[in-house]
Amino acid sequence: MICYLTTGKQMLFYGSFGIVLVLLVVTAPVALLFGFSGALAARSRITPLRWVGRAYTAMVRGVPDIIFFLFVPIAMDEGIEYVRNRIKCPDWNQPVFAGNEFHVCAAAKMPLNSAPQIYHEIYGFSLAVIAFAVVFGAFAANVLYGAMQAVPRAQLETAEAYGMTQAQVTRRVLIPQMWTYALPGLSNLWMILIKATPLLFLLGIEDIVYWARELGATKSTVYAYPHPDWRVYYFLVLLVFYLVMTKLSEIVLNRINRKLSFGQATAGGEALRKADI
Amino acid sequence: MSCLQTIADYGLRSVGVGERLLPRSDFTMCQQFTLIGSGMVWNIYFGVLALLGGFFFATALALAKNTELRLIRKPAEWFIFVFRGSPLFIQFFLAYEALAMLPRAGFPVFGITVETDWLTRAWAGALFVLFLNTSAYAAEIFYGALRSVPKGDLEAADAYGLSGWNKFRRVTWPTMLRLAWPSYTNEAIFLFHATTLVFFSGFPAFRQEGDALYYAKYFADKTFNPFIPYPIAAFYFILLTLSVITIFGFINRRLNRHLPQERRAKMRFRPQIIR
Repeated sequence: MICYLTTGKQMLFYGSFGIVLVLLVVTAPVALLFGFSGALAARSRITPLRWVGRAYTAMVRGVPDIIFFLFVPIAMDEGIEYVRNRIKCPDWNQPVFAGNEFHVCAAAKMPLNSAPQIYHEIYGFSLAVIAFAVVFGAFAANVLYGAMQAVPRAQLETAEAYGMTQAQVTRRVLIPQMWTYALPGLSNLWMILIKATPLLFLLGIEDIVYWARELGATKSTVYAYPHPDWRVYYFLVLLVFYLVMTKLSEIVLNRINRKLSFGQATAGGEALRKADI
Repeated sequence: MSCLQTIADYGLRSVGVGERLLPRSDFTMCQQFTLIGSGMVWNIYFGVLALLGGFFFATALALAKNTELRLIRKPAEWFIFVFRGSPLFIQFFLAYEALAMLPRAGFPVFGITVETDWLTRAWAGALFVLFLNTSAYAAEIFYGALRSVPKGDLEAADAYGLSGWNKFRRVTWPTMLRLAWPSYTNEAIFLFHATTLVFFSGFPAFRQEGDALYYAKYFADKTFNPFIPYPIAAFYFILLTLSVITIFGFINRRLNRHLPQERRAKMRFRPQIIR
């Protein structure tokens, strides 16, 4: 049994848990950045910019996120290849969308067909990260926009009365104060992000779901395994993994929330104050 | 082939009515609209049935979580934790593999052989998973609402001599629903969105009869052009979301009809997006 659990394939399975964690660590800040710009744009004084921000925040409301997960990577991929086709092969005269094919010259392929496998994997992974960042950025934009609206008007007016410019009000008063309002939404979002990571499988990344299916099966595309169908057990392991992840996050986020509400003029802060007396 | 002909052929393709073969090349807009639209039947089927069943189960779960009895509370808490704490995607896979492990030939109960084959089909298996999943999420919402039923309301019920089932049916339950409704609307929207996962998880699309996103992906894979099928699917889902909001808005108005105008909980035009 020990011997089976330490085979090379199994090691790849363990490694794929790392992929999930990397995705979480990379996506969260990028999505936050997207969301932050989206929320700021939605509040902007410049009308076209505001439209862009509004459209971005509205994007995820009516449409399932899975559609975006399927759409964004392939659209990005084709977009990049199309642009590269224009630059690298100016005399390419065949139509790009030819019937059932997407047709660009060999030099425009991204990454090049001759590139080693690892580059293909990294490229695929980055596309997945972008897709996650776009979707969760839109979610985060919603949360942050709401949080910015929730900062008491009086605070901003006071800052204006002190003669701060709009940018100063935003930087010195609005942004420092909004986090306590944003945190419940953002922690919720983190939970959703954790629970969305298995969707990597749909994007063709060899993640934990892929390996659980491969290794659990009696016969995979490559090997015949010496055990009966164990997929149930592999998926049980994944289930437990996710339960532990969400439980841990919940504990940590509760702590942060406690810290942030300390001394704030909110119900949470009030409860903390009473508990202290 | 005219568009009406296409609609006649493919309008119910997703449930096995009409033309058997999917178009293979020279896709028209009409074909894409029709097939993706026919896939919506599945999304609506899963969403509506899971919501209807889940509503009652969730109420029971919320009550169970709210009792003092450990023996009842603990299982409910664990159920909610497991289904809310793990991804739906994994739940689908796990359920499919578990159901597929049941003996193929069915097993005998009192001399009658009980078929198990249908359980691994999406219409039953995936519906079951969605039902359990939405029950867990809705139960948490209902539980939160149950905790915030105003004490005064309950005391008033006591004063009127209501107790047990009568008190629950006339006071606790309606108030709980009223408080939970905006969040529950949000959950319903999410559930409809989650139905798109069914045919991308373990459950195979039997005879290529899939949901809206299944056909959208079919077209995108065949044409290498994601810019047409996915927006069509998105369009259908926006329509679906709007109808869900409208229907739930009606119910919300009915739930709040006894309150003075200004105290009525407003259905927010902008639904929360967080599950």
